[in-house]
Amino acid sequence: MHAEAAIREPLILGHKTYHDITEDIVRPIENKAPRGWYILMTIASLIAAYGTGCILYLISKGIGTWGLNKTVDWAWDITNFVWWVGIGHAGTLISAVLLLFRQKWRMAINRSAEAMTIFAVIMAATFPGIHMGRIWMAYWVLPLPNQFGSLWVNFNSPLLWDVFAISTYFSVSLVFWYIGLIPDFATIRDKVTKPMMKKVYGILSFGWTGNAKAWTRFEEVSLVLAGIATPLVFSVHSVVSFDFATSIVPGWHTTIFPPYFVSGAVFSGFAMVQTLLLVMRKVMHLEAYITKKHIEYMNIVIIVTGSIVGVAYITELFISWYSGVEYESYAFINRATGPYWWAYWSMMTCNVISPQLFWFKKLRTHLGFTFFMSIIVNIGMWFERFVIIVTSLHRDYLPSAWTMFHPTWVDVGVFLGTIGIFFTLYLLFARYFPVLALNEVKSILKVSGESYKQEAAKHHHH
Amino acid sequence: MANKVIYAVYDDPEQLKDGARKLVSAGVKVKDVFSPFPVHGIDPIIGITRTRLGIVSFMFGITGTALAVLGIWYFNIFDWPMNIGGKPSFHYYQNVPAFIPVTFEFTVLCAAHGMAITYLIRNKTLPGMPARNPDPRSTNDKFIIEVRTADNHGHSAEAIAELLRQSPVTEINERQC
Repeated sequence: MHAEAAIREPLILGHKTYHDITEDIVRPIENKAPRGWYILMTIASLIAAYGTGCILYLISKGIGTWGLNKTVDWAWDITNFVWWVGIGHAGTLISAVLLLFRQKWRMAINRSAEAMTIFAVIMAATFPGIHMGRIWMAYWVLPLPNQFGSLWVNFNSPLLWDVFAISTYFSVSLVFWYIGLIPDFATIRDKVTKPMMKKVYGILSFGWTGNAKAWTRFEEVSLVLAGIATPLVFSVHSVVSFDFATSIVPGWHTTIFPPYFVSGAVFSGFAMVQTLLLVMRKVMHLEAYITKKHIEYMNIVIIVTGSIVGVAYITELFISWYSGVEYESYAFINRATGPYWWAYWSMMTCNVISPQLFWFKKLRTHLGFTFFMSIIVNIGMWFERFVIIVTSLHRDYLPSAWTMFHPTWVDVGVFLGTIGIFFTLYLLFARYFPVLALNEVKSILKVSGESYKQEAAKHHHH
Repeated sequence: MANKVIYAVYDDPEQLKDGARKLVSAGVKVKDVFSPFPVHGIDPIIGITRTRLGIVSFMFGITGTALAVLGIWYFNIFDWPMNIGGKPSFHYYQNVPAFIPVTFEFTVLCAAHGMAITYLIRNKTLPGMPARNPDPRSTNDKFIIEVRTADNHGHSAEAIAELLRQSPVTEINERQC
């Protein structure tokens, strides 16, 4: 068996056996949910219900109920869309990119991060759907034979690229996640005693046996899916950025957008993973598996991607001046000093300045501070999209058309609603699904488990 | 003599490999191994060949690329070329840069789903299938070797059990079949 260097910090604390891991993860599913779960669930589902009401109102009345006007004809809808897609990116990064780099610390967090991805992408996909105005025509985005003559979708359009990118991303993430879940559902199936649960998890586990050939195939599928999900995740946010970059609106027409959007996405996604996991590890007593080291690793990703985002902001600013294009320069001067200066500087503070505090080891290993920062980063990333979208539009070429954007209660309600639906789905996941990849965590137990590492070190000295 | 199935239960994947090696070097054919997670290095011992799912994925992917190219060519070049700001649109090669994103996404879509569906069918893991692992503990913390006397006419059940006892086995269970 391969051994791990003693200086690497253990990824599973204390002494655990394979059986303990099963117990720790399956117990919360078998037992009654703690009171905290019911409280959170009530809050989340009330917000979700309100948001669903707002969405239904929007669909029945039309998008005139949003605060959009002739000049700012794209605002919170697309801001929220990009924000949610971005959040989704961390899950794929953890489960696919870190798998290719053989980072073992991914194993404790990939399951829940990927669940987050799936729910976030569902929330993201809601926005283009309801934004169409006539959602029952949504199937028009597909190249279907139709009765309108030779009327096909336009494959030159970045909005159509988005349709393909988001639907591929969602379905591939879902499959990747589910294939990993099958063996763990089988563990639950074989463990629980209540007949109803046994039946449900039996169906979910697809009759998994865990024989040698099945595991060989499992590992091959995981590797290949990780290999194709990696370029996929980079392509998705690049395509999202093309929605802006391929236009000729000053402030949008920049070639730096794809890498800048991708790193911003990973940045906000990791922040959301921190928000969710810091609560979950506490409530579900997962401190032995999601250790401080895991939190620190994620904070390091946050510093790196936050710094890339910072460099991108400054490059963008520099190029707007260096290009010599007056309209470009104005778009950026207006962002920083115009009527939306507060949005620009909130973005700069939250995304560029505050994550730099993680250079201090004390701060990046502090759980409370990490939780606070994870919220700050997501506020900052929402403002980033708002700044890019609204400040570039609100002062166009004709000063007589200049205006501001004022969200209506429907704008706010729909956005809050998606947050509510997201947390409702996540809470259901945390209650009924194995929140750790049991089979993966067990596979590193004897290499990276604390007690086993100590045992190995003792043998080494003798 | 009735045929028997022997299940040797281990607590650790390394111990299981030890047992499997002992059996194989004595000429006993191991039917299968059941474990809660992949036991690395067991495949060559019990003679499991490498899966070809990677090739399957490639074939599905390349099919996706071909379909995307053909479809986009038909929709936007052959059937109805669209005039977008006067940019050339009457030949595929003139318009191809704008077609790359969708071609890529469709390739990934077909490669991923084609492989995933093949994987589920080959593993016989589909919704509603019954559990077929011999012991419910094999998805928790036990590692199990399955040997069938029908595959090993040269060895009696007792001789196989004797071989297994030379490795750190925790239980040996026999079943008629």
